[in-house]
Amino acid sequence: MARRGDPGREAIFAAIRQSLGRPAHSAEARRELDDHIGKHRANLIPQRGKGDGKELVDRFRAMAEAAACTVRTVAAEAEVPGAVADYLRENNLSTRITLAPDSWLSGLDWASQPMLETRGGPARNEDEVAVTPAFAAVAETGTLVALSGPDHPTTLNFMPASHVVALRASQVVGAYEEVWQQLRKATKKGRGFAMPRAVNMITGPSRTADIALTIQLGAHGPRDLHIVLIDDQAGQE
Amino acid sequence: MEFMNPGAFKANAREALTDENLRSAMGQLAAGFVPLRQAAVDRLPEFDLLRERARELKDHILANLDFYLERFERNCTAAGGQVHWCATAEDARQAVLAICRTVDAKTATKGKSMIAEEIGLNPFLENHGIEPVETDLGEYIIQLADEPPSHIIGPAVHKTKDQVSDLFLHHHRKHGRTERQTEPAKMVAEAREILRQRYLDADVGITGANYLIAETGSSVIVTNEGNGDLTQTLPKIHIVVTSLEKVVPTLEDMTTFLRLLARSATGQEFSAYTTISTGPRRPDDPDGPGEFHVVILDNGRSAMLGGEVQDMLRCIRCGACMNHCPVYHSVGGHSYGAVYVGPMGAVLTPSLLGIAETRHLPCASMLCGRCEEVCPMQIPLPRLLRHWRERAFEGDGVPAAERWGLSIWAWFARRPWLYGQGARLAVRLLRYLGRERGRLGKLWGAGGWTDGRDLPAPEGRTFQELWRQRRGKGGAA
Ligand code: SF4
Repeated sequence: MARRGDPGREAIFAAIRQSLGRPAHSAEARRELDDHIGKHRANLIPQRGKGDGKELVDRFRAMAEAAACTVRTVAAEAEVPGAVADYLRENNLSTRITLAPDSWLSGLDWASQPMLETRGGPARNEDEVAVTPAFAAVAETGTLVALSGPDHPTTLNFMPASHVVALRASQVVGAYEEVWQQLRKATKKGRGFAMPRAVNMITGPSRTADIALTIQLGAHGPRDLHIVLIDDQAGQE
Repeated sequence: MEFMNPGAFKANAREALTDENLRSAMGQLAAGFVPLRQAAVDRLPEFDLLRERARELKDHILANLDFYLERFERNCTAAGGQVHWCATAEDARQAVLAICRTVDAKTATKGKSMIAEEIGLNPFLENHGIEPVETDLGEYIIQLADEPPSHIIGPAVHKTKDQVSDLFLHHHRKHGRTERQTEPAKMVAEAREILRQRYLDADVGITGANYLIAETGSSVIVTNEGNGDLTQTLPKIHIVVTSLEKVVPTLEDMTTFLRLLARSATGQEFSAYTTISTGPRRPDDPDGPGEFHVVILDNGRSAMLGGEVQDMLRCIRCGACMNHCPVYHSVGGHSYGAVYVGPMGAVLTPSLLGIAETRHLPCASMLCGRCEEVCPMQIPLPRLLRHWRERAFEGDGVPAAERWGLSIWAWFARRPWLYGQGARLAVRLLRYLGRERGRLGKLWGAGGWTDGRDLPAPEGRTFQELWRQRRGKGGAA
């Protein structure tokens, strides 16, 4: 609780100001600093975070693969259920999948794949495969961004041993900063914005090097992360 | 080995130098992280510019720390979180305990947190009937071994695979595992299964924070295993234990630090999981903790502001300085007898605990300058080490034991194969010598540094092999 008058709190702020050799900020100084926050300017975006359509999608794919993801491109969203089924079959994975209860994702024609058994909701410990959407993806490092909420339980990203993400190529941006801008817009509330409880930036499957510095995938989260990339950018180049 | 006693550095280091397991583990560390970091840096042409920006940004934050902390508190509270201000380690332990007691917690899972180490949270919780369960694999290993971390990002980096096999065999019996696993993949799978149940059973999940975001009131964790996410998502309560200087103004500012962190730490482009958490689970959220607490620790940090060691507060805990430190490589993390080890620890520990008990630590350096070269936050570690050396030698003369500081350095100086690595090291050393000779002469008498010989000469073989191997792989110079 933010307890004004909390003696511990007051002592810490007093100690900070004493060490810095100044009193609390003046109203004007506060305005300036609030301005720094309000403008939320990017500091420095590396060149590789810049580019256009196809170039960024190609870079995203290469970076994601370098982070041990597998990526398959499909021409249209209608092909997603088939691509998921193929992936599970080719890798001998369970065909029981837990779908994020996202209207776009669950609206795809899953019945077209009779071998798949689907359910929705947050992850249960026994779930082996999660299929989720993403909010955005970042070319810079091959990073997926997922937002928690009723349509995307966070546990789906971490509990099942396999994670399949259905991503539209048009969701790929160059740099992280573009995601923050989109996030502010998508969750706009009054003069500010409402952060979802969890924003997950995901770059490849779970891994550890804690045993003799050898990299092992699937430490606690997914052992494999597969991205079905929907090429919805035709004609945009 | 005396684990948590910085005064035991000399005895610890002597023991460490004859420990073949440690030698082999440290060899792998240097052979692994050093070239990986260099390759990652080489792939990002803007890396040095980013370091500049990050340093400026962090200096701005530190100069306005009170403001950004207030903004963090306001926005965290508005999102339904609760902020607890703790001046001392004891305050922080009590704050965590009080929260655990509200749900009558029996077990608490833990993501890796150096602040939890700093406040000695595990033994404290145990003494109060709450079982802490480390979930980061490295932390889990050292919890089984009943040892402190020996590295800030790889807590069990001193353990060989065989040692971990033995530990798992011994401790996993009670979970019905009787086979000694020797393949890392199988060992990881076994720990994964055992820990999975612990996440589900835990009442409270405790993590650290790499950053606190003032703009949104969020805490941020960076992991590769995903253990921090399971720790903070599954139990009823998520407690973040963190410290003052972790606050950043905006998501964009956090991003600047993130671009440096993984590359410097492990040579990855980005860690597998970066998670921004804001408040407890929302009414329509299908999962997530019901309460979100942020315990913010001072414990000596506010006193570092404005003074000569303020620069140390820029540290983002990447571990690059220890990965590149020849002293750390040869004596390992435990020798430092403190939670924070390597060059950053040798500066931070005296800053937090005072120099009286810790005066050996800043001497555990040859001031070769590698740490500063690789530090993503451009912290002038050699200057800060010298600062603490000077403080250590101030006052009523120098105890004879203090020669140690010089002798470890002399030990390195007498080993040309080490300096053969690059003329740069030797040049720096000479420059340092020239500059400091007057002081050294005064302190130890002329020539003192050349005959300080109270270190047993260890088997140099393995160490040499390591460096040769590193070169053979075209590793970083
Ligand atoms: S001092 Fe620099 S190199 Fe060392 S851990 Fe901190 S940020 Fe990393």
